[in-house]
Parts: sequence; C-alpha cells; structure tokens
Amino acid sequence: MEYIIIIISAIFVNNIVLAQFLGICPFLGVSNKVGTAIGMTAAVTFVIILATIVTYLAQKYILDVFGIQYMQTVTFILVIAALVQMVEIILKKVSPPLYQALGIYLPLITTNCAVLGVAILTIQKDYNLLEGVVYGTSISLGFGFALVIFAGIREQMDLVKIPKGMQGIPIALVTAGILALAFMGFAGLV
Amino acid sequence: MKNFTKGFIRENPILVLILGTCPTLATTSSGINGLGMGLATTFVLIGSNVVISMISNLIPSKVRIPAYVVVIATFVTIVDLLMQAYTPALYDQLGIFIPLIVVNCIVLGRAEAFANKNSVLSSFFDGFGMGLGFAMALLILGTIREVLGNGSILGHKFIEGDGILVFILAPGAFIALGFLIAIVNRIKAKMN
Repeated sequence: MEYIIIIISAIFVNNIVLAQFLGICPFLGVSNKVGTAIGMTAAVTFVIILATIVTYLAQKYILDVFGIQYMQTVTFILVIAALVQMVEIILKKVSPPLYQALGIYLPLITTNCAVLGVAILTIQKDYNLLEGVVYGTSISLGFGFALVIFAGIREQMDLVKIPKGMQGIPIALVTAGILALAFMGFAGLV
Repeated sequence: MKNFTKGFIRENPILVLILGTCPTLATTSSGINGLGMGLATTFVLIGSNVVISMISNLIPSKVRIPAYVVVIATFVTIVDLLMQAYTPALYDQLGIFIPLIVVNCIVLGRAEAFANKNSVLSSFFDGFGMGLGFAMALLILGTIREVLGNGSILGHKFIEGDGILVFILAPGAFIALGFLIAIVNRIKAKMN
C-alpha cells in the first residue's frame, strides 16, 4: 500500500516538473518532438534509478558513518557526475545502438536538477533503499508522462499562428502553466 | 564596468538567456523568497567565479568541469550552513532549492564562459552583475506573483482576503514567467 501511495503521488500529485519545478530545462529543451521526449525520458529514468541507489549507499555507509552529513551536496554531485560519465563509457562499449539513442542526452543529465533533487529528497523523506528506488522510478515516469504530453501539444502548436512576442519559450511556458493547472486536479488524491 | 552591468538586461540570465528556470519558478511565490534565493545564488556566483579565475591555470582542461563543480559545491555548502544558522525561516521556505544551486546552469555557465579566461577582478564583477541580474528578475517575478496571488507587496497586504490564488501555486509560476519573457522580447525588439 505504501508503495502505491509513493507511486501515485510521485507521478500525478507531486509531478516532478509541473508541481515541484525540477528538470524544467530538459522539459523546455527537448520537448519539440515526441520521439526525442521518449529518448530523454529513458535516459533520465536510467540515471535517476542508478543515482538514487549509489547516493543512498554513499549517504548511509560513508556520510552517516563518519558523521559528515554536511558534505552531502559535494558528495552527491560528484557521484552523479562520475556516474553519468561511467554510464556513457559503458554504454558506448556494451550497447552501441542504445548509446546512439541515448548518447546525446547523457551529458545534459549531469546538470538536470531532477537527478540531484531526487537523490536529496530520498534522504530527506527517510526512505529505505527499495522505497527510494520505487520513488525514483515513479518520479522519472511522471517526468516522462509530462514531457510526452507537452511534446504532443508543442507538435500541434507548430501548425498554428502565434503572436510574435509569444513565440518560442513564452508560449511554451504558458502552455506548461495550463498543463500544471490540469495536474492540480489530482491534488488530494492521496 | 561593462562586465558588471551586462547581467541586468542585455544578458539577463533568466529573462534573456533562459537559464536557471527551475529555481526561478520554484522560489518566486513571494518577492522576499525570490530575493533571498537571488542573493544566495549571487554569493555562490561571486565566490566560484573568483576562485575559478584564480586556479584556472592549475587545472588540466580535461578535468575542468568536475573541478569547477567541486568549487561551486563548496560555496553552496557554505551558503547552506550560513542560511540554516542565520535565516532559518527563509531556509525552510527555499528548502531543497538551496543545495540545488549546484546544478544551476548560470553558475557553471559563467565559470566555463567567463571566469576561466578572465582576471580575478573582472570575474568578480561578472559574477556580481550576473547574480544581481538574477536576483532582480526573481524579485520582479516574485512581486508580480505576490501582488496577483496574495494581494500584498513584500509581505504588506493591501487588499482584504485572498488574491487570484493560482498565481502563488505552480501554474501561475509558468504563466507569469511566460508573459514576463514575452514583454522583455517585445522591449528588446523595440530597442533594435
């Protein structure tokens, strides 16, 4: 039951992009086509799950043991940067087609605040490792969900005439606002 | 001087370059919150710019990004601890977005684009100006949202009851920023 609550709340109620404002850069940057949106989601999911596991272990077995919790920010960002680099190298060797598909998104992910955000939130919410992984996975699904819907809307938007000043980022932000309004309907679900 | 003023309008990180959108949207539910976030980021920007411009000759270019990240993360930790001690109310309001200054693209962007090839003094002014531009944009957006959503300016209420509540919630952040950028675009087009 607890897991179901975590999943529902992470995907719909506290959607990472539309309610918590994490990962807005890729949300605006790669949402022109549904295809790229799906690719980005896959890469983010992969990295978030890995990062949650590794940062959780680092927190519990290094930072907590030595009592240096104030090093959390420095440690986590280094772990994530190293992880992304490693995933890139391994993927290149092991699975070239997957690398082709995800490769261009990977460097962007280091500065995606969603990854560091989820790592810190997992610790703050005092989840255990399994809950952390479930939470990370649902957050990524929520990210993908919002991103794919948004990309679909933007594809349609190419076909209509938009006032000059609103073209590009402004209209995208207003659209995201309306989408966030729709997601607010889920509030109170859990 | 030019390094100092370019961040205000011509290269304003939020309104023109569209960098650092996450903290912009998340921390501007009131003018004060926006300003607090802006000043915290300014401190990090100045610190990291100065240190990186000092040590940029010592860092091999292959590992420069991780090295920059460590410098930035150090300053973020300093801000985090300082705010926790001296402004606990603001610290609770901003929450997770203080550690997340590390991944704010503005900070790493200035390190990579400016501080690593300029003198310490001009890097200082670049960081200071960019930080103030960021803080200014956050203050403007925060004030707009607070006026519309809560009917108050910097905490002083001027109407009875609630405002248009949606503006202090998530959707209002997106919509207000969208229109603010549209206005800036319009002004820029006029100026050219």
